[in-house]
Amino acid sequence: MLQGTPFHPRTAALCQGRNWRRWSKYVVAGSYELSPEREYWAIRNSAALLDVTPLYKYLFSGRDAARVVNRIVTRNVEKCAVHQVMYTPWCNEHGQVLDDGTVARLDENVFRVTSADPNYRWFCENAYGFDVHLQDVSDTTAALALQGPLSREILKQSADANLDALGYFRLTPARLRNIRVTISRTGYTGDLGYEIWCEAQDALALWDTLMEVGDAYGITPTGILALDMARIEAGLILIDKENFVGKRALVQEKQRGFEWQFMGLDVEWESLEEIYARKGLHPQLPMTAWRASTPLYVENKQVGYASSGVWSPLLKKYIALAHLRKPHFEPGYWVDMEVTVEHERQTARARVVKLPFLELERKRK
Amino acid sequence: MSKSYDAIVIGGGHNGLINAAYLARAGKKVLVLERRHLVGGAAVTEEIFPGFKFSEFSYVVSLLRPEIIRELELPKHGLEILPLPSTFTPLENGDYIAFWDDHEETRKEIYRHSPRDADAYDEYGRLMYHIAKAVRPILSMIPGDPTSLSPRDLKSLLQLGRHMQNLGEERFYDLYKLMTSSSADYLDEWFETDGLKGTKAASGIIGTFLGPRSPGTAYVLLHHYMGEIDGAFRAWGFAKGGTGGISEALANAARAQGAEIRCNAPVAHILVKNGRAVGVALDNGDELYANTIVSSLDPKRTFLKLIAEQELPSDFVHDIRRYKTRGSSGKVNLALDGLPKFTAMADAVRMSALRGAISISPSVEHLERAYDDAKYGNFSRRPYMDMIIPSLIDPGMAPPGKHVASIFVQYAPYTLNGGWNPSTSSGQASPREAFGDAVINTLAEFAPNIKDIILYRQVLTPWDVEQITGLTEGNIFAGELALHQLFFLRPSPQWANYRTPVKNLYQCGSGTHPGGGIMGAGGRLAAMEILKHGAG
Repeated sequence: MLQGTPFHPRTAALCQGRNWRRWSKYVVAGSYELSPEREYWAIRNSAALLDVTPLYKYLFSGRDAARVVNRIVTRNVEKCAVHQVMYTPWCNEHGQVLDDGTVARLDENVFRVTSADPNYRWFCENAYGFDVHLQDVSDTTAALALQGPLSREILKQSADANLDALGYFRLTPARLRNIRVTISRTGYTGDLGYEIWCEAQDALALWDTLMEVGDAYGITPTGILALDMARIEAGLILIDKENFVGKRALVQEKQRGFEWQFMGLDVEWESLEEIYARKGLHPQLPMTAWRASTPLYVENKQVGYASSGVWSPLLKKYIALAHLRKPHFEPGYWVDMEVTVEHERQTARARVVKLPFLELERKRK
Repeated sequence: MSKSYDAIVIGGGHNGLINAAYLARAGKKVLVLERRHLVGGAAVTEEIFPGFKFSEFSYVVSLLRPEIIRELELPKHGLEILPLPSTFTPLENGDYIAFWDDHEETRKEIYRHSPRDADAYDEYGRLMYHIAKAVRPILSMIPGDPTSLSPRDLKSLLQLGRHMQNLGEERFYDLYKLMTSSSADYLDEWFETDGLKGTKAASGIIGTFLGPRSPGTAYVLLHHYMGEIDGAFRAWGFAKGGTGGISEALANAARAQGAEIRCNAPVAHILVKNGRAVGVALDNGDELYANTIVSSLDPKRTFLKLIAEQELPSDFVHDIRRYKTRGSSGKVNLALDGLPKFTAMADAVRMSALRGAISISPSVEHLERAYDDAKYGNFSRRPYMDMIIPSLIDPGMAPPGKHVASIFVQYAPYTLNGGWNPSTSSGQASPREAFGDAVINTLAEFAPNIKDIILYRQVLTPWDVEQITGLTEGNIFAGELALHQLFFLRPSPQWANYRTPVKNLYQCGSGTHPGGGIMGAGGRLAAMEILKHGAG
């Protein structure tokens, strides 16, 4: 049986919809209410509290910690200052992405790496022969994300750290009431937000404190369905550096010109309206994110696929993330996305756009 | 003042701003003139009490047209509409009835009161949805005159006929019933639970000077289902930053298209030369000229106050005089030290109920009795109220831990016996404050702690609404939304196509088809008409 996170006694009591989703070996709330809409708006409008404990968490410590992490990930960790966080993917020798996550430099020789999938073996293999101690702290570290425009106010009311001075992708040790935590200004929402890391045994006290202080700021326990919507709006990134696993392959691909690109799609309303009108319907829009691979065509020839999409309540647009083949990934190009209307396959026109869909000033400010 | 414009729009309410944005988008040089210090008209947010933001008049968005949201790219200009997911009605017997955004939850709730009504509610919902779908295109259509044989009128009527045909016979009969019945009669055909009927009927009386038993009120029941069709656009909800947030987004959109907006610029009259509108004169004596003049004010203000009567045909003037603008509602805005405790709210539903609308409509009789008072020139002693607590939806509306409440109140007749503003020397409590007391006392029957948590109270009577926003008689729809004032009759037969008897003068406010509620359709359709047929 899948297990609850250290926050489970609190989240279970709040999860009205009994809408549990699995995330690694845990279950977490999909949405606390029957619809994720209010939780989505908490991310964009007040403050959303998410249990992100199921992330895999690894601690690298020792003299060679920086060298090892740098060898693994694609971004240059030498440039990562103490108390800085970097988002990065990592690859195999063929330059294929294995996973992505954050690298947090807790101290000169201590890094915490988070990931979506288990990476202990891969990390160990790459650490072989170095002076580094690698620890899987997934179970002993609990984590909450507090995301949204009022998240800073809530932390300022409850933590002893100088939150105004904490820059984007920086972290600080702090005491929240009497709980020892690390607060990082990170998250997967593209909004102003923080992640708060603590020992698993302090999890409930942390939850209670944030809920109590956050009440006046509209704090809203939020599930991963709303996070998935915000994540699509926020898009993704990638950069270069000295040497790392898979670099040669990536450099070669860059020289050839990329075969594929990761882009955004803006699905045209008029064409949605038209394909639904043929069946006497109004456009049926995905009010939660979908993640089924969906073919994209140009003149009836497949040129790529969309990997997820959602109706953005904020942008009031149907948006999707797409992998497109050369040369169809240029911004401004049009593709046809498959849409099933009344059991029949149709296509709607979609414009290729740069990511992210949403760039909020408050995220960095 | 020699600067000249292609178009001058009088009034910076939502329709004026939308009209200006569309005209500017088509390359016109546009100027918007607003009397007050801020844009929005009746869609404004003001910090009346320090730290507390009130959506002073209009307080929810209903049916803002999705095409306007898209075409003017309003999300880019700051429009955010937050969900207002439920309606909670406390009943006289201490129980409640609630309508949630989840269909099954609502069904379960109605079932608790009447298993029969729970089934009927589904059936009723389906019927309304289908009729609304057929009727909805009218909202985006320039009304054709049914007595005219001109090709454009015929085309518009033909379009309308086609939509009606899609309905099928039985639904057409129901549409006819909806157009002619009272909401009480129509709901009686479907339901037996009084709280359900009271709450549904309430939507049929908002902004009218009619009771739930008055014929013609059933039609408005449809409007809620039109919002459902555009559900994804959240045409129905609460704007971030209050209703003024919508006006700000519209003003940003208009400016982005190149429109100029001037506040503190009241228009004294419209300049007419040889039967053509050529410009406007401001209160300060300045004269501004344009090829096209558009008024977003209500028809009475436009034609009876801003234009000399001899410039208009006398039958038209008579029509406009008879155009009904009876104000019937007031507004009470509260700054609160905490949250009201409704005795009917069980703990399990308390927070979700407080986040939605709270409707004081325990029965059809409650509404009808409230109307009885108004019929004879008094405000309702136990009024119908629609209350929301914006600070629970958007925490930015009040300081942390404090709240604002927005209470729409009906009935408060504009023509109150003795008047709203008698000389203050009488020593008696002013009618305004007596009205405010009636509101708070009625609310206290259901939420007894309300009196203890009020930090500040703003009471707005129809007279106040007229003084501040300029809406004649404080009518929130710039003219009642009654069948005899809709579609090709709004505001006057032959002049429902946004034109007026004065050449180059157009109208685009809520007093034109399809009416108020921050739909914005009048502003957009008038712009289409001007761009197609106007002087340019």
